Amino acid sequence: MSRRVPGLHITWGRLLTHASLAVLVVIWTVPTLGLFVSSLRDKDQLIVSGWWTAFSTTERSAAGRINARDAVEVDGLHVVEGNFLEDPRRSIVSYGVSQTALGAFAPGETIDLEGTAFTLNEDGSYRWVSEEPFPEGARHRIFHIMAIPPTFALTNYREVLASESIDRAFINTFTVTIPATLIPILIAAFAAYAFAWMKFPGRQWLFALVVGLLVVPLQMSLIPLLRMYNDIGATFGVPSKTYLGIWLAHTGFGLPLAIYLLRNYIGGLPRDIIESAQLDGASHFDIFIRLILPLSVPALASFAIFQFLWVWNDLLVALVFLGKDDDQIVLTSRLRELLGSRGDNWEILTSSAFISILVPLMVFFALQRYFVRGLLAGSVKGG
Amino acid sequence: MTQQVLMAVLAVIAGVGASLAYFFGTNWLLDRLAPDGRRPDGEYLSREPLRNAIRPWLFVLPALVILGIYLVYPVFETARLSLFDRSGTEFVGLSNYAWAIQNPEFHLAIRNNVLWLLFVPAMSTAFGLLVATLADRVRWGNVAKSLIFMPMAISFVGASVIWKFVYDYRGPDVGQIGIVNAIVVALGGEPQAWITVPFWNNFFLMIILVWIQTGFAMVILSAALRGVPEETIEAAQIDGASEYAVFFKIIIPQIFSTILVVWTTITIVVLKVFDIVLAMTNGQWGTEVLANSMYNWMFRGGGDFGRGSVIALVIMIAVVPIMVWNIRRFQTEEAMR
Repeated sequence: MSRRVPGLHITWGRLLTHASLAVLVVIWTVPTLGLFVSSLRDKDQLIVSGWWTAFSTTERSAAGRINARDAVEVDGLHVVEGNFLEDPRRSIVSYGVSQTALGAFAPGETIDLEGTAFTLNEDGSYRWVSEEPFPEGARHRIFHIMAIPPTFALTNYREVLASESIDRAFINTFTVTIPATLIPILIAAFAAYAFAWMKFPGRQWLFALVVGLLVVPLQMSLIPLLRMYNDIGATFGVPSKTYLGIWLAHTGFGLPLAIYLLRNYIGGLPRDIIESAQLDGASHFDIFIRLILPLSVPALASFAIFQFLWVWNDLLVALVFLGKDDDQIVLTSRLRELLGSRGDNWEILTSSAFISILVPLMVFFALQRYFVRGLLAGSVKGG
Repeated sequence: MTQQVLMAVLAVIAGVGASLAYFFGTNWLLDRLAPDGRRPDGEYLSREPLRNAIRPWLFVLPALVILGIYLVYPVFETARLSLFDRSGTEFVGLSNYAWAIQNPEFHLAIRNNVLWLLFVPAMSTAFGLLVATLADRVRWGNVAKSLIFMPMAISFVGASVIWKFVYDYRGPDVGQIGIVNAIVVALGGEPQAWITVPFWNNFFLMIILVWIQTGFAMVILSAALRGVPEETIEAAQIDGASEYAVFFKIIIPQIFSTILVVWTTITIVVLKVFDIVLAMTNGQWGTEVLANSMYNWMFRGGGDFGRGSVIALVIMIAVVPIMVWNIRRFQTEEAMR
């Protein structure tokens, strides 16, 4: 493994390390890259060619119609003129008169169409000329190959925002996420402080319960809570699917981890701080608000990112506790519906998916350090 | 739209405000209702012990109430409902369990969950360890780790869209737009509709979760690798151990407890896997798993809470050993504090 590569100051082993890691990185990033590139492509191209071809000029066959009905007389000649290409950046590669002879003629070449002359130019413009009037109903299909330069545009995004109510879902997601992140932090911070520094009967036992609840699957809660929400809705004549309902649900499901993480952090703060403040006559409430909370910002931030990503990305809780109408549907739920109803409209799926992962990705890359810290505190140390 | 934004802002203020009001209000009340004072005989009376006895409960009460309603009570209620009929009103004994034992769909879900449990934690941990090891040896390691970690931020549904596109299938006569089929065709193979291929399609779904969870395993294991003392490695190298031997005989044993933690954490994620199956196949083509089946029974034909509860309980029972292990681990660590 330590033999040197001839002429280079690295070893085969090191080369292998670089290469393997590079391969892994490519495998892990290519799927997301494909989604992103595709979302910026023209929807017609998206379904006929792979996204990896988007960076080079692609060729596509098409057929254009010419009809004698459109003929005008110019200087004694009967002429039909027009252009097959909608986009001036595209160009004609070759053309022919049947689907099997797409490459028969080069652009600019004039061909004979039953005694008339036809020319298709590189820019897509064509001219069909006859000295005699065209026979009644004369028409032809001209098959051609066009070259399409790489094009990227935000058209798909504009379309989904306008027509698939993704914009509304985006705001709904925020409406769910922000309170569902802040409320558990507040509640957990107080509880964590009590578990770490206050004395009360059953403290150990209750905290062990919290540790146990860390792994209780969500699925256990769904049916009882759904029934409870429906009963409350029926008894008090209020809707059973509300934002308040989902905030509390996310609070409940997020609390064990929040209490666990924060308790470990707050419990690790130096005892002196708390004891000297107590000697000065401060109550636990004052100590918590004035001293502990400011010191706990890194841990609070870690959990906030966790919970934010979790709630933003959640599908199950939203499906059960929120309605599916425009005023409540969240991005993940909307995206899942699109997968069912627009399964083949990749321009809609790719751009909607990218909109839904944009915010988490930004949060992730901006605050990765805190996120990692939270992960480590949550699993490795375990205390 | 503006209204919605306004409502959201108000809701945030109200929700957070209410929690704040509770904590400040109750603590203020406590200080007012149990102040220090003087006894009738004029002696100074401190009520601090009383306040100190009550205050912890003011701090933990909201958390305990919410945990009670949202996690503890449901465990017992689900167990009760598993013995009742579809609407939860009539006692039916063990007939929901009998149904589950005889139901082929349930068997399939169990088999698939077992496959998921074997494949995903193993692959995620293995890849995570591989990346963590490799990335520590190159200068661009942090960039590599960041990129492999990225899928952790993507929702399971978002990941499903991404991978549905990767697996996309077009007929053999036209150009493939899914990269897997494009590669298969380029290598001279036949394109496949991967997510409908019996049995193996389960693995194509699992790959999505491996893709997401590898980053998690990598981060945790990377930290553990840094904690391995240099001396132990150097000593082995001086003794002439190969890199291979150092890795498997010196490093792995030292980070084994972390590997176990990573493995179990991913196991719990896998037990609850739902979004990916729902979004990719909704359990069709033999890909049903417990969590998706449970969700379906909750709503299918108006919902069958009895059967749904049985399936939820099965997931819960699978988690119990990990739960016990976690609490034990926590208690030994507490004892060492």
